[in-house]
Amino acid sequence: MPADAPPTVAAARDFSNVPRQPGAAKPDPILVADGVVRRFGGLTAVDVAHLEIQRGSITALIGPNGAGKTTFFNLLTGFDRPDAGNWQFNGQPLAGVAPHLVARRGMVRTFQLTKALSRLTVLDNMRLGATGQRGERFWPGLIPAVWRDQERLITERAEELLVRFKLDAKRGDFAGSLSGGQRKLLEMARALMVGPEMVMLDEPMAGVNPALTQSLLGHVKGLRDDGMTVLFVEHDMDMVRDISDWVVVMGQGRVIAEGTPDEVMADERVIDAYLGAHHDGAAATGDAPEVAEAAVDGEPAETGPADVDGAPRSAPTAEDPAGERRSEGEAKA
Amino acid sequence: MDWNTIFSVTVESLINPTTIVYALAAIGLNVHFGYTGLLNFGQSAFLGVAAYGLAMSVATYGLPFFVGILVGLAGAVVLALLLGVPTLRLRADYLAIVTIAAAEIVRLLFRSVSLSKWTGGSDGLQRFSDDFYSRNPFTTGVNLWLFSFDRRELWVMVVGWTLVLIASLVVFLAMRSPWGRVIKAIREDEDAVRSLGKNVFSYKMQSLVLGGVLGSLGGFVFALSRAAVQPDTFGTEFTFYMYAIVILGGAARVLGPILGAALFWVLLNFINALLPAMISDGLIPRWVMDANQAGAVGYILVGAILILLLIFRPQGILGDKREVMLDAR
Repeated sequence: MPADAPPTVAAARDFSNVPRQPGAAKPDPILVADGVVRRFGGLTAVDVAHLEIQRGSITALIGPNGAGKTTFFNLLTGFDRPDAGNWQFNGQPLAGVAPHLVARRGMVRTFQLTKALSRLTVLDNMRLGATGQRGERFWPGLIPAVWRDQERLITERAEELLVRFKLDAKRGDFAGSLSGGQRKLLEMARALMVGPEMVMLDEPMAGVNPALTQSLLGHVKGLRDDGMTVLFVEHDMDMVRDISDWVVVMGQGRVIAEGTPDEVMADERVIDAYLGAHHDGAAATGDAPEVAEAAVDGEPAETGPADVDGAPRSAPTAEDPAGERRSEGEAKA
Repeated sequence: MDWNTIFSVTVESLINPTTIVYALAAIGLNVHFGYTGLLNFGQSAFLGVAAYGLAMSVATYGLPFFVGILVGLAGAVVLALLLGVPTLRLRADYLAIVTIAAAEIVRLLFRSVSLSKWTGGSDGLQRFSDDFYSRNPFTTGVNLWLFSFDRRELWVMVVGWTLVLIASLVVFLAMRSPWGRVIKAIREDEDAVRSLGKNVFSYKMQSLVLGGVLGSLGGFVFALSRAAVQPDTFGTEFTFYMYAIVILGGAARVLGPILGAALFWVLLNFINALLPAMISDGLIPRWVMDANQAGAVGYILVGAILILLLIFRPQGILGDKREVMLDAR
């Protein structure tokens, strides 16, 4: 145990006893998903048999384009409805709960395409995040005396967070005038105003200029150090390696591997998922079907709980892996 | 040319009952469109339901005047719920389609032959405003400089401007509150607001009801100032004028609709008074236009002026240029 980290944080980051396999059980999961399926027409975009997210850790969700990462995010946070499945957050069932109620229960998300509220000031963006505001009901809102004190406390908290995220100089500016990276920071800070237990970041590094990357990484680690659980979708492998305690890899809607960053990046199945089964040049020699079969054969033993829902799986075939990726890409678009 | 009459007509339309009606309607529409971003293209229906609620209660069923007002207000709330429940969960453009259709349905119901026993059909209803005018404290009209109004107009204007003041105050108080912050945030991005734990559907519904009720006040003033209701006065062009007024004055500004309504009618009435006078004086040759065509040309000119305004001042008279520039990014 590193001497500088508080014991609880260090314990949350200890994955040494967690099996390296899809759907692995965690010592203290905050989020447990079972049999989550989302279909778009004939395409199964998400088919997650079992997934647990460790409390107090930073978990990365990676996978090639069209793997269903963002769709899975949307399902978990109530922004999309699954065709099947259920999941618990802090032991409470969360499937079918409206997105705003998901947020109130402590699971707050950000978006791939940053949603700064352009024509509101930075400070108003922040204040909006606070929950339980008396003045947010219509009639009490008409009487400033009812909400003025609470508003002052909210503003103080917002100002503190703005200082932490180095946005305090922009407090009076319209959020629409911020740069891409500043918007990402604002969105993250605004999510914290809700007081979440778990923060879901959808591609926090997308469109951020490199100068801000380190600062953003520091802020994500800061969330964990404050006791929050972080689940994030990301393409940037350097970032994933840098900050995540645990990595979940999705491919074609399913969880195909789990492990520490270095382990999953060396994992044959992960490389296959990113580069396709022919990446070793097998297709050129005419051995493609055998390679694909080998990859599929390896799976049932390792996925374990994946067979619980009994859904027939369409194994990726060497004949048309490109076709499947193409159609998933369309579904995502 | 009788400049006195032209100026008198023009200046009176700064404050006359028509301006009040459009100001109230636009204050309501500003809550929908300017603050919440709801594309309500059926605001005329809110005025129509309120006007007919009052007129039918009193003229058809013989109920007291204030009961008629309550029926009109309740009608506006019910209409907001009917429009909102099926459409507010959908994308913004669906609301536009549904509201424009609903406004036409409301108008056609009022003028339908089979309901004319209650609504008066295409002739509408009269004789529901006696109770209102019997409370008139003014014994004579006023004739001051360019302004001349009779005692009935004076009474409508006092009540009307009081309502404009109250409506503006409510909008001012609501929009500077945390409630208003949520409303404006919904205009920017609903999903972001949802992700922060706010019930977006409920807020949009509250906005639809508030704007509808504020607009319905315009419906009462409209009905009372004419002492009559007719279905075809609540057509779609009514709503389009309101949009012109909201954009002219500056969307999402408390005083924008009032300034917009005054400017719109000053402009329209000035041109509509000027052109026929110029034609009769021979200043405009007959081959350019005759007196019958002047009205249509007036609308064309007002339209051209609005287009110029949108080019050179897209934020409207009271709007904030910085806000509009954000959209251009």
